[in-house]
Amino acid sequence: MYRILDREDLTSEIHLLKIEAPGVARKAQAGQFIIVRIDEKGERIPLTIADWDGKEGSVTIVFMEVGTSTRKLAVLNTGDSIVDFVGPLGRPTEIEQFGTVVCVAGGFAIATIVPIARAMRKAGNRVVSIMGFRTKDLVFWEERLGSVSDELIVTTDDGSYKRKGLVTEPLKELLQETRIGRVIAIGPTVMMKFCSLTTKPFGVKTIVSLNPIMVDGTGMCGCCRVSIGGETKFACVDGPDFDGHEVDWDLLMKRQRTYLDEEKESLELWKKKMAGAIVNE
Amino acid sequence: MSEKKKLDLNRVSMPKQEPLVRKKNFSEVALGYTEEQALREASRCIQCKKSSCIDGCPVDIDIPGFIRAISEGNMPEAVRVLKDKNSLPGICGRVCPQETQCEMTCALAKKGAPIAIGRLERYVADWERYHPEIIGQQKNCARFNGKRVAVVGSGPAGLTCAAELAKLGYGVTIFEALHVAGGVLMYGIPEFRLPKDIVQAEANYVRSLSEEIKFDQVIGKIATVDDLLGNGFDAVFLAPGAGAPMFLNIPGENLSGIYSANEFLTRTNLMKAYAFPEYDTPIKVGKEVVVFGGGNVAMDASRCALRLGAGKVYIIYRRSRVEMPARAEERDNAEEEGIVFKLLTNPKRFIGDEQGRVKAVELYEMELGEPDESGRRRPIPKPNTEFIMEIDTAIVALGTRPNPIIPSTTKGLELTRWGTIITDDATGRTSKEGVWCGGDMATGAATVISAMGAGKRAAVDIDAYLQGKS
Repeated sequence: MYRILDREDLTSEIHLLKIEAPGVARKAQAGQFIIVRIDEKGERIPLTIADWDGKEGSVTIVFMEVGTSTRKLAVLNTGDSIVDFVGPLGRPTEIEQFGTVVCVAGGFAIATIVPIARAMRKAGNRVVSIMGFRTKDLVFWEERLGSVSDELIVTTDDGSYKRKGLVTEPLKELLQETRIGRVIAIGPTVMMKFCSLTTKPFGVKTIVSLNPIMVDGTGMCGCCRVSIGGETKFACVDGPDFDGHEVDWDLLMKRQRTYLDEEKESLELWKKKMAGAIVNE
Repeated sequence: MSEKKKLDLNRVSMPKQEPLVRKKNFSEVALGYTEEQALREASRCIQCKKSSCIDGCPVDIDIPGFIRAISEGNMPEAVRVLKDKNSLPGICGRVCPQETQCEMTCALAKKGAPIAIGRLERYVADWERYHPEIIGQQKNCARFNGKRVAVVGSGPAGLTCAAELAKLGYGVTIFEALHVAGGVLMYGIPEFRLPKDIVQAEANYVRSLSEEIKFDQVIGKIATVDDLLGNGFDAVFLAPGAGAPMFLNIPGENLSGIYSANEFLTRTNLMKAYAFPEYDTPIKVGKEVVVFGGGNVAMDASRCALRLGAGKVYIIYRRSRVEMPARAEERDNAEEEGIVFKLLTNPKRFIGDEQGRVKAVELYEMELGEPDESGRRRPIPKPNTEFIMEIDTAIVALGTRPNPIIPSTTKGLELTRWGTIITDDATGRTSKEGVWCGGDMATGAATVISAMGAGKRAAVDIDAYLQGKS
């Protein structure tokens, strides 16, 4: 069992949990992920590592409520436990001196990019970060990402906060204005796809962190297979980072939708259970 | 024993669930002997002096010894004799290919009626589970000798090695990557062939001998092999299992609805997708299912698909029936349940719909040519025989290649060109000092019992090595 040491609501739908997992905390590196199973009937889902503290023996995850598993996670409190927490899995993000690195993140992936930006800066890069949100209410960790970046650009789709528009717009301007050594883009699949399309004409290598469906997360089942430059790779052991210009995005998005019907069914049942629980109290 | 006793060549068959009933449930197919049946079968053993059956057993069980105890009605003694050499008898009695091992070398095999050693082994193991008050968990362990061994993986090789070393007095810790013990016995082999409470009972027995089983431990990630050697372990036995599934390498293979057998079986067995949505892990089966491959895993996957509600399940195999690597018993069970074998057939490509789901597969016919390096006749495509088959789900059961996590994070481990760890067959030693390996990671995909044999041989050699050092 892995105990929850702390919990924080970053927005109404995005939550942070700090989990006691000393073994994982000792070895974690930026860009890696963990697999959690919440209870005995739970599924195994991958979540990226947002932060870790080797001394405290803790690992921080940030997630958005999407399906049943993330909703189950969202109702847990400090002191509660989850049954499994496996990691650190996947290859760490390649950290080197590239010159200027642009870190682009959308939604809850802001949490994933913070340790990467921090490591890039520590390696001597100038880090420009772009964070994008749908609307003002969903903005979080502006200061935190700002503190590990030399420059920070914030966008909202509806213009309710800072710059109006999508993250690809300031990204394109940066590519036109300065010499960029590398772009890291993490967020919803469609965002990563369009960031990759934006950088491609400039020939700037763009690393994306793919999030296909996984089961074991250790290379055993092949559920997370993705097509990279025409070759099949397993995101759990060969990734999750890949060259965004080589990814077959349509395939990834189609595979992510494999269980849409079942996810809906599972969620309905969960909602019913939760409603029942409230009535019973 | 009277040598002149007339030979009884009537092998006692084991009751099974009827095919029409069992294809709708996940309960065990074979029901096991009754006491009367076990006594009758045991009494057929002629207790011959040569005991050639033992030559066929990878873990050297005193087979005539435990059979004699059954026929004398001394069940505690039968348990003791069996467990002296085999810590996992309930598992072996169910999944060992006895027909190519002990039962093949049994003196009565020549007469066409070998003793049903596997069924008797299962009977003894089940008797023990039903009579814990009589046996208890007898622990014949030597006192802790001050040395500690890390075992990586709790499948058949790991559990066996751990049990043997613990009995000799070593402090053994097992590191398991998944959330339960058993490895392939839990995620791979289905409930109807090997009930999971039996795996857990036997894993718990091994756990009672060892220091602990640590779950969620992916060695190579949370700790490297060198971390283990540097942190209080005097030796490491690697038994991480088969690893990465192989695919067909044909167009369309990444469409939704195409599973590796590992994924399909893991969702079903380990994650209990058959009980979705009570359990959170989903699986999609549909009406028409094809399974590629001719081994036991293909049989398991096809029979799971049937039980998950598929209308029609086809096994597609490029050679003919005689070349199928599956056990005859499993092949027959599958056919009885209505699985259709499409032999001498191979896939060319998958065809998907707009949502990216598989909707059809293009197949073509094969014929058999000269024998290849495996000794089996080589399948050759027959020209102009392509045809399209509409499907909802495809499962690829073509075997596995080694998982790269441990080799890529351990310095000094030499690998074969297939990526398996180079291991001395007799001892399990690798090229790295203090590190042994066994099971599928050393041999490529093989049987439960051969992995257990490797675990046992490695335990003997680890003991010799550590005693030599002290």
